[in-house]
Amino acid sequence: MQFSSYDTQGFFDEMFEENGKPRPHAGLLLETVESLSEGHLLRYKHAAERLLLQMGITFNVYGDTAGTERIFPFDLIPRIIAADEWDHIERGLKQRVHALNCFIDDIYHDRKILKNGVIPSEVVLSAASYRKQCHGLNPPRGVWCHVTGTDLVRGGDGRYYVLEDNLRVPSGVSYVLENREVLKRIFPAVFEGLSVRPVAEYPSRLLETLESMAPNPSSSPRVVLLTPGIYNSAYFEHSFLAQQMGVQLVEGRDLAVDGGDVFMRTTKGMERVDVIYRRIDDDFLDPEAFRADSLLGVPGLMSAYRQGRVALANAPGNGVADDKVIYAYVPDMIRYYEGEDAILPNVPTYLCWRDDDRAYVLEHLAELVVKAANESGGYGMLVGPHSTRAQCDEFALKIQAHPRNYIAQPTLALSRVPTIVDDHFEGRHVDLRPYILYGKDIYVVPGGLTRVAMKKGSLVVNSSQGGGSKDTWVLSHGPMAQEQRQ
Amino acid sequence: MNTGYRTRPLLSRVAEAVYWMGRYMERAENVARFIDVNQNLMLDLPRGFGEQWQPIVDTTGDRAAFLERYGEATLANVVEFLGFDVRNPNSIYSCVTAARESARSVRETISSEMWEQINSLYLLIATQSRKPLSEGLPQFCRDVRMACHLFQGIQHSTMSHNEAWHFIRLGTSLERADKTTRILDVKYFILLPSVSDVGTPYDDIQWGAVLKSVSGFEMYRKCFGRISPDRVVEFLLLDGEFPRAVRYCIGLADNSLHAITGTRLGAFSCPTEQRLGLLRSELDYAQVEPILQAGLHEFFDGLQARMNTIDECVRGDFFAQKVAFQVGTSGQSG
Repeated sequence: MQFSSYDTQGFFDEMFEENGKPRPHAGLLLETVESLSEGHLLRYKHAAERLLLQMGITFNVYGDTAGTERIFPFDLIPRIIAADEWDHIERGLKQRVHALNCFIDDIYHDRKILKNGVIPSEVVLSAASYRKQCHGLNPPRGVWCHVTGTDLVRGGDGRYYVLEDNLRVPSGVSYVLENREVLKRIFPAVFEGLSVRPVAEYPSRLLETLESMAPNPSSSPRVVLLTPGIYNSAYFEHSFLAQQMGVQLVEGRDLAVDGGDVFMRTTKGMERVDVIYRRIDDDFLDPEAFRADSLLGVPGLMSAYRQGRVALANAPGNGVADDKVIYAYVPDMIRYYEGEDAILPNVPTYLCWRDDDRAYVLEHLAELVVKAANESGGYGMLVGPHSTRAQCDEFALKIQAHPRNYIAQPTLALSRVPTIVDDHFEGRHVDLRPYILYGKDIYVVPGGLTRVAMKKGSLVVNSSQGGGSKDTWVLSHGPMAQEQRQ
Repeated sequence: MNTGYRTRPLLSRVAEAVYWMGRYMERAENVARFIDVNQNLMLDLPRGFGEQWQPIVDTTGDRAAFLERYGEATLANVVEFLGFDVRNPNSIYSCVTAARESARSVRETISSEMWEQINSLYLLIATQSRKPLSEGLPQFCRDVRMACHLFQGIQHSTMSHNEAWHFIRLGTSLERADKTTRILDVKYFILLPSVSDVGTPYDDIQWGAVLKSVSGFEMYRKCFGRISPDRVVEFLLLDGEFPRAVRYCIGLADNSLHAITGTRLGAFSCPTEQRLGLLRSELDYAQVEPILQAGLHEFFDGLQARMNTIDECVRGDFFAQKVAFQVGTSGQSG
């Protein structure tokens, strides 16, 4: 299959320069792909889809009573990130996560940043994800954000911007690992001559991070992964990570709190649990502390956590920094806590609770992307240029009714990557979600999840909205021969 | 610092899920066997003998549900009911779906290869259930059976033979023992057209079919040569080496149970062990003649009831962990 008719259409393309020449780091990959016949590539594509189905790498579609499982569409052509570019991203992410963690710890303790007037108090205390129950808590070593999945996008200017921080229970890392496995099995030739940094060490790093939080570091800690169960859309990932780390996958009903400690029900009686990697939202964690109607959680868990008898990752309450209004202040946080400018900039953001911003937003709805401050997964969102007049009017009313709940950003011309469409290549918009672990130190898995808006022209990459994914390659520095390909 | 090997505790929920995964996979395999052998048998019977599909439904114990929804026991009706009916919890489709649901909930406990094999079988059946099944039936039954055998092999060679594995084997063995008694029961009392047929070539064919339905035809021949009803019963009930014989299955179940509890063989520490051990020794020292004289059907009824009780004991002893704490600070003892 040839790229000769491929057209970047004026967008920033991850593989091609404006003049249509391959970018230096993508040249070899493009040659390999071009050397294959159309039939070959399409056969690989089908083989990959069959493999994903057989491996059961599927997600459940909410609201579908038949329990339909779908594979997350996977495109064979990887997205490549040059070594220098990655260094920049990695530095920026470490800086950002460190500052966010300082912010959360500050908010639940002295609130210096509010007292010093860097961020208005009312913005923070009115955030739907702020948890007053977490005030004064001291998670082990002061770490609140153990696993972060920051969303980055690349604009028409070729710069990376941070779109969202996703501090609560970010998902998708299993696709990073499985996409690589599938590509290696189906299309090994594509790796030839390139030295792609491996991603397979993520589960070990995650386990290390979790073990580092154990309340009693002298003994070998018992780590478990808490899932809402098989009907959760990310269940595959929960079981996959538990399996890869060799820890137990538990549901709320498997756990019980007694005498201040957390136990799991086993065939031989109750066994103590030290660290819980919870993939359940704060609200459902403990019916005694949060939502009383939650059947997924464990009664008494928060009290055990408060007394330091069990560690939770991520720490409850850390979602306060996920609020999209608070997001707008992250560059200020970085200056405040780190004394540096942000390495990775934010997308310019209008805050609708500010009168000037709101007036501007209401006048320019048709050009902007409007987001609810506390939603994720592509829900509660208006993409102005792709919306009807009626949809814009509806959002205008919502904004006027609850200005605190909305922010707006310019519609970004997200970068594109060649993607197989029928029998040829077309550019599709992508984002990038790297995963950051914060244990004894901060680690970023090389690459991350590249999500693709599979629909022509679409800017929405979420899997719930028809998005797919690609393998993401970070190339190594230095001579390739010395690098060991995984 | 943890220096040594640590036994990984098994969640009660996980133990229950893998036990049922084993049972459902075994059930799916047996239903496929019933259909396949019966179709084969029908082809050997003379014209006018009548289609004998009702006994197969009776084997699974779902006679009432079948009569209510389908009425006549034709090939098409029975294959639909036993193969693909989602409302029949014992259809191949329902069993494999249930096994897959269980496997999915314990994917981190079983090996990836086991999961993929169950998933492949599910995809095979889900595809097949949307296609008309006429000439493809024997092949389909064989595919299901082979997929189940492959699952047994994968399970044996890719998963540590740990506590969870023994729960799978416990479920599989109990299910297999139950199905073998049912198939014998049906043959002895329903398939048999009349006393005058006993000892005729048709009777030979039918007993041959029973043996084939549990893959026991060749192994039986090696033991006893000529086919005789008493010897077939003896072989399928009391043989200590044939893997689908009831006694063999009960022995296997008992071994796994003791591997789970750590109690030595021949002793017991919980109701499950007591009842299973008792059944095992009875079968170990039983002879076929007194059983036949007392009535085989009654014997099977008793056996099935005892196996049901054992199943209930397994639930009580291992799956239903109440909040009674056995460790920790509560001071209660288990």
